[in-house]
Amino acid sequence: MVKRVLLIEDEPNIIEAVRYILTREGWAVDTHANGATALDAVARRRPDVIVLDAMLPNRSGFDILRDLRADAGLAAIPVLMLTARGQRADREMAERLGADRFMTKPFANAEVLACLRDLAGLGAG
Amino acid sequence: MTLSFNLLVAACLVYVALLFAVAFLAERRAEAGRLGVLRSPLVYTLSLSIYCTAWTFYGAVGYAARSGLEFVTIYLGPTLVIVGWWAFLRKLVRIGRTQRITSIADLISSRYGKSSLLGMLVTLLAVVGTTPYIALQLQSVTLSFSVFTGAAQGAEGAGSLGATALWVAAGLTLFTIVFGTRNLDVNERHHGVVTAIALEAVVKLVALLAVGIFVVWGVAGGPVGIHAMIEASPIADWQMEQGRWVTLTALAGAAFVCLPRMFQVTVVENSDEKHLATASWAFPLYLFLMSLFVVPIAVVGLAVLPEGANPDLFVLTVPLAFRQEGLAMLAFLGGFSSATSMVIVAAIALSTMVSNHIVMPIWLSARRGEATLSGDVRDVVLLSRRLSIAAVLGLGYLYFRMSGGGEALAAIGLIAFVGLAQVLPALIGGLYWRGATRMGAAAGLTLGFAVWVYSLLLPSFGPGAALPVSVLTEGPFGIGWLRAQALFGIAGLDPVVHAALWSLGLNALAFVGASLLSFPGPLERLQGAEFVNVFRHSAGARGWSPTAVEAEDLLMMTQRILGAAEAQALFQAAARGQGKEGYLPDVTSDFLERLERELAGSVGAATAHAMLGQITGGGAVSVEELMRVADETAQMMEYSNQLEAKSEELGRTARQLREANDKLTQLSIQKDAFLSQISHELRTPMTSIRAFSEILRDDPGMAAADRARYSGIIHDETRRLTRLLDDLLDLSVLENGQVTLHESLVSLSEVLDRAVAAAQSREGRLRIERRAEGERVMLLTDPDRLAQVFINLISNSEKYCTADQPVLRISVSRGAEGVSVDFTDNGAGIPPASQSVIFEKFSRLGDTRAAGGAGLGLAICREITARLGGRIAYLPGQGGAAFRVSLPLRLARAAE
Repeated sequence: MVKRVLLIEDEPNIIEAVRYILTREGWAVDTHANGATALDAVARRRPDVIVLDAMLPNRSGFDILRDLRADAGLAAIPVLMLTARGQRADREMAERLGADRFMTKPFANAEVLACLRDLAGLGAG
Repeated sequence: MTLSFNLLVAACLVYVALLFAVAFLAERRAEAGRLGVLRSPLVYTLSLSIYCTAWTFYGAVGYAARSGLEFVTIYLGPTLVIVGWWAFLRKLVRIGRTQRITSIADLISSRYGKSSLLGMLVTLLAVVGTTPYIALQLQSVTLSFSVFTGAAQGAEGAGSLGATALWVAAGLTLFTIVFGTRNLDVNERHHGVVTAIALEAVVKLVALLAVGIFVVWGVAGGPVGIHAMIEASPIADWQMEQGRWVTLTALAGAAFVCLPRMFQVTVVENSDEKHLATASWAFPLYLFLMSLFVVPIAVVGLAVLPEGANPDLFVLTVPLAFRQEGLAMLAFLGGFSSATSMVIVAAIALSTMVSNHIVMPIWLSARRGEATLSGDVRDVVLLSRRLSIAAVLGLGYLYFRMSGGGEALAAIGLIAFVGLAQVLPALIGGLYWRGATRMGAAAGLTLGFAVWVYSLLLPSFGPGAALPVSVLTEGPFGIGWLRAQALFGIAGLDPVVHAALWSLGLNALAFVGASLLSFPGPLERLQGAEFVNVFRHSAGARGWSPTAVEAEDLLMMTQRILGAAEAQALFQAAARGQGKEGYLPDVTSDFLERLERELAGSVGAATAHAMLGQITGGGAVSVEELMRVADETAQMMEYSNQLEAKSEELGRTARQLREANDKLTQLSIQKDAFLSQISHELRTPMTSIRAFSEILRDDPGMAAADRARYSGIIHDETRRLTRLLDDLLDLSVLENGQVTLHESLVSLSEVLDRAVAAAQSREGRLRIERRAEGERVMLLTDPDRLAQVFINLISNSEKYCTADQPVLRISVSRGAEGVSVDFTDNGAGIPPASQSVIFEKFSRLGDTRAAGGAGLGLAICREITARLGGRIAYLPGQGGAAFRVSLPLRLARAAE
């Protein structure tokens, strides 16, 4: 079964890279770049996994995550949080708000893939 | 002399068979993971004893008979090194392990930016320096054979002696190939060989002690007797020459570190750093025991053997003179052990170097473009190793046949010592001085090598053999100060001391000089830091807090990266190594280190470190770590030849990143918010660069158009990174007040012309209105810096002005204090709430990407205008965005 991932990220080049990597491995990839409307996008698309950038235009990834976890219908979707700030505080914040995984940019492609596979319950492949 | 030649050969064969068996069993045990005794520090210490070759075994006695106690220097050097330079050796071993160093040539090459030229140079030096040494071993074996078979056998005997050397060389080649190239372990460890060497170390020690005990108690009648004999002998009269003693001790110490075979056993074969601690007392003890009976044997030999007997063979001829055939046989085997162990390890070390630094690069470049599958290359590497071993031993044999023997053993040994000591400046500098560069190392090595060849190696063949006699007496072309053994007119020195002083002196001078004059490349800087700070780096790796982690979590992570089968095998092996069943070993710091290394093979070292850091809770990722990721990415791209240009670019960027970091650290502007901003700005382009580099690396079959597009993205992002770094560096220089202004008298209109031309050249719809009359002002200022401010303001307007037909009006007015230049556009302007923050660093407003900069422009403008004695401010209420640059009118002062 094809797993679907929603990538919430605003850097076009990073979007393109992640899309390439995931598509190559057979994932269906949707993307969304605006923080303000990200939650609607999640509700509409109902992905198997979310990749969420911490710094988005108009609304921070942390705020989106908090609302996501508060929404009974969406709370169960696993989230991989990405940040480019590399601060311990970010990591702790993400964990407290209920991110399943946390990764610092720049990441190794293999690492992202492995993490998403895991979150989607695909096991070690 | 009653031992028959055949019996001797039989004894050798049995002994060699024993060595084969021991090596074979050790390999079997190692493969089964049951290292046990093999990992003992004593085995390590004994393997170091290949320092004692046939030169030491036979030659030391001869040396003592000729020059008294001077032979002690040969033991003193290594003793001082292993006791006094313990920290140096530990650093060497640590670097060897962390960098997976395979030879001394690899170490030098790797330290200086993985320079293939340096690798080749050191390999060449090692081959030239070691070949005579191998010949020497073959000679000593043949000579010792001749002692037993005697001159009595005449022509037939001489013929079979030549054959002896050939057989010995062939046998050693076989042994070395069988046990030296069994597998291509990444760590290049050879348990079988090391165990056999350790056994040989015991044999030679026992043999020499036995002869010594026989001489003291059997011949001289005890310590008192031998003391009397020593007093009576000419040896007691030898005076020590201080200069020569110091030089020889230093050379022996240097050789202990630099000789390829010593590096092999000390560093490459080292399985545990702690073994050095044991070796630091046990090895000097071994040397002490080896040297204990040298003088007694020499004294007795001089006393009882006929005048003209070769003192290099006293160890054999003294027992034979007393009809102790059994003892002589033991001594013979001791000498045989010394020779063979040296040759085996030297051949392994040299073949690794020749294969890795000469054969493989040539092979790879010859096959450039063809797919090189790993299995394919592996076979080639093994073949090239084996051929190199045969070639090295072949060279040694050839040298032996051509030189015809006869040279005193010690002389050849010392010549080789001086030659290999040339590596020392580059080695020590590389470990302790970050400023040491590839140019420096190459200059030092080349010069030292040349001086050594000219002043010591060539003259050693005898006057007129390799160098014309006139070069020695009058200098080349009659240039007196270039006489080979009296360089710069300094005559009368001992040739070895002379050559050592000049070659090493000039070597070190060239090394330091060229290092200071040249600028290291990014990879060199990275490697330099890794080597010099090896303990700091690995301290981080060791700093894992084992308690916090579950082995199961680690296994899950590892499975995801390495795949289930490989990960499970790794964990199972580790668990078994700890004596546990199942797949979950105790999470020790050793295990974490090993795991990090394994993961590094798949995802790169910096990422592996960061991943383990995250899982073990040692979280924060620093700018430094980011730099390592950048370097890693640059290296990754280096291997993809389509990307060479990009990798250079990224390498440069990484270097700038490092400079920026140094500056930032100095500047103590490390407020958390600022650092986290920088981190974000740097990481974002790095993320794209890294991801696309990996994509390009992993998908070789990608369509050309995609490939071009993705390398285009890498290019753009690298430029973005570079721009940001330029800005950061600029800003830090300005803030730090380090900036030098280049002031001159310029007209304001000229500066504005330049700025407009530069800013507008980037295509644009922005129309610029200027009024010529106000601009006719002469200013004493830095025109480049001022133009930079103007360019920034113009391009900001170009980027942010939201009007349909954007217009920027530039107007100049003069007041009492100075000149004001206003930049006003017809856009939406900046909202009042933001006006106070726009001059702060990273205060980019609105959509981050449209800006194309990092939000440092205005901060830089503010700093520049301040340096120029003026100020910049936002002018509210002008309809659009408006900035005023005020400059002091210093023209009057300048005109006076």
